[in-house]
Amino acid sequence: MSGRVIELRDIKKSYGNVYALGGVDLWVDEGEVLGLIGDNGAGKSTLIKILAGAVRPTSGEILVRGQPVSGWNAARSREAGIETVFQDRALAVQQSIVRNIFMGNEIANRFGFLDTAREFSEANRLMREIGFTSKVFTPHSIVGQLSGGERQGVAIARSLYKKADLIVLDEPTTALSLTETNKVFHFVRQVRDSGRSILFIGHNIHHVFDIADRFVVLDRGKVALAKKRDELQSAEELIGFMEHVARPDARAKADLGKGGWR
Amino acid sequence: MIDEAQEAGASLAETWRDPRNHPLRRLLKDNRAALGSLGVFATMLLVFLIANPRVFTNWTLYSSVFTTLPVAIFLTVPLVFIVTVGEIDLSFPSTMGFAAWAFALVVHAGYDPFLGFLAAIVVGAALGAFVGALVVYANLSSLIATLGMNFVLRGIIQIFTEGKSIAMVSLGDTWAFKIFSSEVYGVPVQIFWAIAFTIFSSLLYSRHRFGAHIHMVGDNPDSAAQMGVNVNRVRVKAFLFVGVGAAIAGVFSTMINFTWWPTAGDGYLLPVLASVFVGGTPTWGGIGTVYGGAIGAMTVSFIQTGIVGVGLSGFYVQFFNGLIIILSLIGHRWNQIRYR
Repeated sequence: MSGRVIELRDIKKSYGNVYALGGVDLWVDEGEVLGLIGDNGAGKSTLIKILAGAVRPTSGEILVRGQPVSGWNAARSREAGIETVFQDRALAVQQSIVRNIFMGNEIANRFGFLDTAREFSEANRLMREIGFTSKVFTPHSIVGQLSGGERQGVAIARSLYKKADLIVLDEPTTALSLTETNKVFHFVRQVRDSGRSILFIGHNIHHVFDIADRFVVLDRGKVALAKKRDELQSAEELIGFMEHVARPDARAKADLGKGGWR
Repeated sequence: MIDEAQEAGASLAETWRDPRNHPLRRLLKDNRAALGSLGVFATMLLVFLIANPRVFTNWTLYSSVFTTLPVAIFLTVPLVFIVTVGEIDLSFPSTMGFAAWAFALVVHAGYDPFLGFLAAIVVGAALGAFVGALVVYANLSSLIATLGMNFVLRGIIQIFTEGKSIAMVSLGDTWAFKIFSSEVYGVPVQIFWAIAFTIFSSLLYSRHRFGAHIHMVGDNPDSAAQMGVNVNRVRVKAFLFVGVGAAIAGVFSTMINFTWWPTAGDGYLLPVLASVFVGGTPTWGGIGTVYGGAIGAMTVSFIQTGIVGVGLSGFYVQFFNGLIIILSLIGHRWNQIRYR
């Protein structure tokens, strides 16, 4: 019995008379990887910010495990177990992996002195849990020495330490090579297998198709397509749909002309 | 149970097989910059020793340096924190003068010097916090704002004292003087306090939550804020710590001279600033070394004594001062990998 970690119902967000989101319904099930795809300006980043509680929706309802939550904000989002990993500003690259995992949540005694032994063993446990191990670095290694995929591993391990039930990954593979992308996929699968959920946001449809169990395509502030993995034959089907979206027909152009969306 | 623990231990070692994980190796790596600074200092001392063995094997020279060096250490070590957090504080000479003024007033009024010390620390902390709050909450450039505050505070001292100093003749008979400013078996006690302060600060820097936050904010403030670190408060605390260090420096310097001058602290601005960077703390924030800073202060303190001790005239001091600063910087540049 898998419940819904979080559900957004008819979420709208407008800046002045410009709609960023025009009634989005979206949910994430327990232990699934949801792939969120959308072009620039489709409303992905607004949606992430709403999930993180950084932006308040203009209207709509947010349910955590089926219970509607009022006064949604960053604290409520954290209570609900949502951790967002932003692409480039997540880590302090001159510090060790351990220090990054416990950033802002140091394990310390009551005088504030760090329990470095416990931090090391806890970091070790978290890194193993997502299969983030290596013979060329240790939890004491400096993050600046790690590759792009491994850095995502540090950010994911940190989210797990903060007891995240849903980890939102904002374009984690955008700037990465194939090997590095596979590393990130490995971490993501480990997290899913432990029963937690991932919202995987990406530009690259092939990447998202490879990792996600379900897909939501966002287009100009609305859900344009929502499909399960087994309802799709191949990534080409998604790409075909995206191309259709990318070349709006005459009617969509007319919509644009009316100045409704963006 | 035992088997399980052993197994976990074994697999732990197997996973992180990196030789860099060896504790000794890690100790050397973590203190790379400080060890580099120590190398610079040792080389310099060796040159002095060869140039004039008679003067540099004489304890009097070291005794005099160990009396005044602690003042520079109390100023340099907190500055390592401020540079690591990504700011700079140029107001510490006036804060030092101001805090020492409070000490002198309390002692001159006939109270116990311990009370004076406490007053100095309260004044130093308050001024540090004020300067920090000004920089952080008014969102000013710390370079310019603290330079301005240095003039403002010195100006206030001059307006109120009209340039008059305060002499404290009775200071030498007090307990506080024995504890903070006498000699133990010919060694000035100041140096022990400086060593204790350096060790404590180093623990604060690398083994305490405060130090961890200092590193995070200096390295990536956006990320630190997202992880729930109160970035502005950490910055203000760093300024506060500089104020406390300046107050301790002010009291020690006043106790050496038995007199407080309105110019107290003025001469420390540039040598102390240089000490931080000679010690191996880079300018860009996020990393640094407390021990390196203390060693840097030692290097800078010894240059002046050393040049004269070698037999060169005082005209050479500035040149060699500058030369050693530049050479240290080049050395640290090679010794450090820059990730940002």
